Amino acid sequence: MPRITVTVDGVKYEEDVEPRLLLVHLLRERLGKTGTPVGCDTSNCGACTVMLDGKSVKSCSVLAVQADGCDVVTIEGLGVNGSMHPMQQAFHEEHALQCGYCTPGMVMAAIDLLRDDPDPSEERIRHGLEGNLCRCTGYCNIVRAVRRGAQEMGRAVTMP
Amino acid sequence: MDAGLVAEQIAESDQINEPAGALEVGRPRKRKEDARLLTGRTQWTDNITRPGVLHVMFLRSPMAHARITRVDVSGARELPGVVAAFSGQDFAAEQGSLPCAWPVSEDVVIPDHPPMAVSEVRYVGEAVACVIATDRYRAADALEAIDVEYEQLPAVLDMNEALTAESPKVHEAGNKAFSTKITSGDLEAAFRDAPIVIDRTFRQQRLIPTAMEPRAVMADTDGESFTLWSSTQIPHVLRVMLAVVTGIPEHKIRVIAPDVGGGFGSKLQVTAEEVLCLLLARKLGKPVKWTESRSEGNLTVHHGRDQIQHIRLAADADGRIRGLQVALLADMGAYLMLVTPGIPLLGASMFNAIYKMDAYEFACTGVFTTKMPTDAYRGAGRPEATFGIERVMDELAAELRMDPLEVRRRNWIKHDEFPYTTISGLTYDSGNYEAATDKATALFGYDKLRAEQGDRRDRGDPVQLGIGVSTYTEMCGLAPSRMLGEANYGAGGWEHASVRMLPTGKVEVITGTSPHGQGHVTSWSQIAADALGVPFDDVTVLHGDTAIAHKGMDTYGSRSLVIGGIAVLKAAEKVKDKARKLAAHMLECSPDDLEFAAGAFKVRGTDSQRTIQELAFAAFTAHDLPEGVEARLDSDATFDPENYSFPHGTHLCAVEVDTETGMVKIRSYVAVDDIGKVVNPLIVEGQVHGGIAQGIAQALFEEAVYDADGNLLTTTMADYLLPSAADLPTFTLDRTESPATSNPLGVKGVGEAGTIASTPAVVNAIVDALRPHGIHDVEMPCTPERVWRALEGRAQEGARR
Repeated sequence: MPRITVTVDGVKYEEDVEPRLLLVHLLRERLGKTGTPVGCDTSNCGACTVMLDGKSVKSCSVLAVQADGCDVVTIEGLGVNGSMHPMQQAFHEEHALQCGYCTPGMVMAAIDLLRDDPDPSEERIRHGLEGNLCRCTGYCNIVRAVRRGAQEMGRAVTMP
Repeated sequence: MDAGLVAEQIAESDQINEPAGALEVGRPRKRKEDARLLTGRTQWTDNITRPGVLHVMFLRSPMAHARITRVDVSGARELPGVVAAFSGQDFAAEQGSLPCAWPVSEDVVIPDHPPMAVSEVRYVGEAVACVIATDRYRAADALEAIDVEYEQLPAVLDMNEALTAESPKVHEAGNKAFSTKITSGDLEAAFRDAPIVIDRTFRQQRLIPTAMEPRAVMADTDGESFTLWSSTQIPHVLRVMLAVVTGIPEHKIRVIAPDVGGGFGSKLQVTAEEVLCLLLARKLGKPVKWTESRSEGNLTVHHGRDQIQHIRLAADADGRIRGLQVALLADMGAYLMLVTPGIPLLGASMFNAIYKMDAYEFACTGVFTTKMPTDAYRGAGRPEATFGIERVMDELAAELRMDPLEVRRRNWIKHDEFPYTTISGLTYDSGNYEAATDKATALFGYDKLRAEQGDRRDRGDPVQLGIGVSTYTEMCGLAPSRMLGEANYGAGGWEHASVRMLPTGKVEVITGTSPHGQGHVTSWSQIAADALGVPFDDVTVLHGDTAIAHKGMDTYGSRSLVIGGIAVLKAAEKVKDKARKLAAHMLECSPDDLEFAAGAFKVRGTDSQRTIQELAFAAFTAHDLPEGVEARLDSDATFDPENYSFPHGTHLCAVEVDTETGMVKIRSYVAVDDIGKVVNPLIVEGQVHGGIAQGIAQALFEEAVYDADGNLLTTTMADYLLPSAADLPTFTLDRTESPATSNPLGVKGVGEAGTIASTPAVVNAIVDALRPHGIHDVEMPCTPERVWRALEGRAQEGARR
């Protein structure tokens, strides 16, 4: 079995993995990182979105072996100095979550979106989040939250 | 992340600067539920594990209809990591039959529904065998080693064909599940010599509810009693039903619904997988867990809608409705599940909607097909009814060349006529259709959009503008137990709550509702805080575990606030009554001399008082209790409503339809809803947003498609199209407020209203855009291809003439 080294939320892990093991299953079932959920099996829903070396990926579509030597950040590792990331806080402020199942992926995708466009329009946000599905909110408050998160992050001194 | 810091961060941001004593009910409180959901500490069923847990996977039928002639699981048993493998035969003696709790009519046929098929399969996806292994990868490998032989039987897919004498049968008793009819008034007279008769047939396509969290079940046993974790809306109903189905005594079963990631009716079910996991835990003496994949879920989570609606409406020349006749065919799928046959009947009293008429008839035939069973999906019976009547009202307006709002105005119940008993026998307690419509048309810019529509028509713009109207009402808050009894439903409709003052003055609320995104923890805290005069943050709400919330009827049918929320209020009032007796004893006065305000009992005209927190501690120490007062400041209450809840509203949708490509774009959407008094406007707004999106999804995007052999083609999210953020506009919302008279808070249900209202608003808008092209219907979902084909069809018909 291949041995991989991967850093997840700041902790380094060495794991022997089957080549077919999905990154999301490594996270959830081997490392106990259950903050990242699985919503589909065709990479349509985006619930499992994490950052892989700074870019958002759907962790159901990445093999664990592909993450060898990489740095992974999940929703559990987003906080800054023990507090919530401004985007997490913005989702709370704007009531941008109901059941919360899509939320980890939605927050990660929103942060990634701002990397390309720190001050996105509503339309840019809607298209930027096309790969993340939500069944509860109708997206109205998610769009608002991303706008608010962008403003807060624009103000913040450090970016994650 | 530091849990303490996150809590502080949230608390700080949630400060509301209002004077002490201001009421909690009505405030846009941000949710208590959010912190763990936002930081990845959520307890989804699949996140929970037990030492030595084994993973279950099911082998599912690839045939729509077949006799099982052989199942050989021995190949699977030999593979590494495999603990056991079973076929339906192995469960035959103990698995019972999945329950149908709603035998709707005398003629209803409820076929045996084994959780695992033993001798015959009747839809693609029905479980025929299972593997239990040390991890899910090994379980998946082992499924490949199971050998099943089938003798194919004919699929039954079309409802009309299924009812013919020549049709192959889904069940021995035939393909008719039930038939029912209600009539009111003289229908024949209403249609006789009617100057206008509208006659239309609409199709409600089959939908897949698609909660974002796939189902998951874990079961464990200590050899005597059982615990079942499930992603369910109904832990309490499930516990009763598991006992009935398996024969395991009810008191030996504990059901836990941990965090549940959405339901929309799809988790209002007693599933094969729940029963089988429980039986597997018993067989193996080990914890077992099953988590479905999305494609497995599309096949086997119960589907929604699927009706053919034949509607006839008779009207006078001035647009006044004389009579309405509705005949439905409703696809049950292969079996009757928990409330399958009742779903279309939840629309039986709703086709007449907000309109007055002389006569009404509703007839429905339930039909078996070899497809996944249907059951509750957001709105359940009422979206179908609202779609039918609101589409027909637009057709009537078109026939009369009248504005669709005007034809509605001429027929709807006026605000000063409430309470109003409708032709179908329901009594609407309150409402104001005029006010909601006035507000909506003003927000929408109705007249201006009509002018633009005329302009685009005049200049033959390839992009036409359509305006869709939906003036809906619905019956929710399921339901008064007496009425459920009359409908032959197998249970009551009450809800239960307990309220406990803890020794330190904090409050625990225990509710029988089972939230899965609705924010009950926040709203119930607001209700309890007002009733007891305690801070919002001093209240915690427990739910979803039959060992903690021992009594409940769970969450569905927009019932939680209007029944469960009222139970919380009633329980809190009882606690206050107890506290009053104790306060009177401590203050040496009569209970009648005390007034309660801001969380304290005060002797009228003095400064002597005891706070509710002091009284909680006094009850705990019990050093000096009066005669007849026990050492506890807690109580419980069960609330059973006297009537349904009748939210209503006016939804207006403007679409741009590209007549060259068939593409439909929603340009603006205005919803003015009347849900009575509001506990938390933030949560209400979220419910309406999400509801509208789901109704739009039915109008434009979603359809479960079976091929000619009965294979589901839409098994993945790549094939079954949920709208993304890019597919939807921002909705403009407002409210009017006609308090409900059926409960002390004046509240009405809101969970389903948006979905019920929005589908006809969108389709009416599309048809409105295309009427000059001779089009008076587009079948849902109104995809660009369907719209384009409708336009092409009309163009070709024109050429042939």
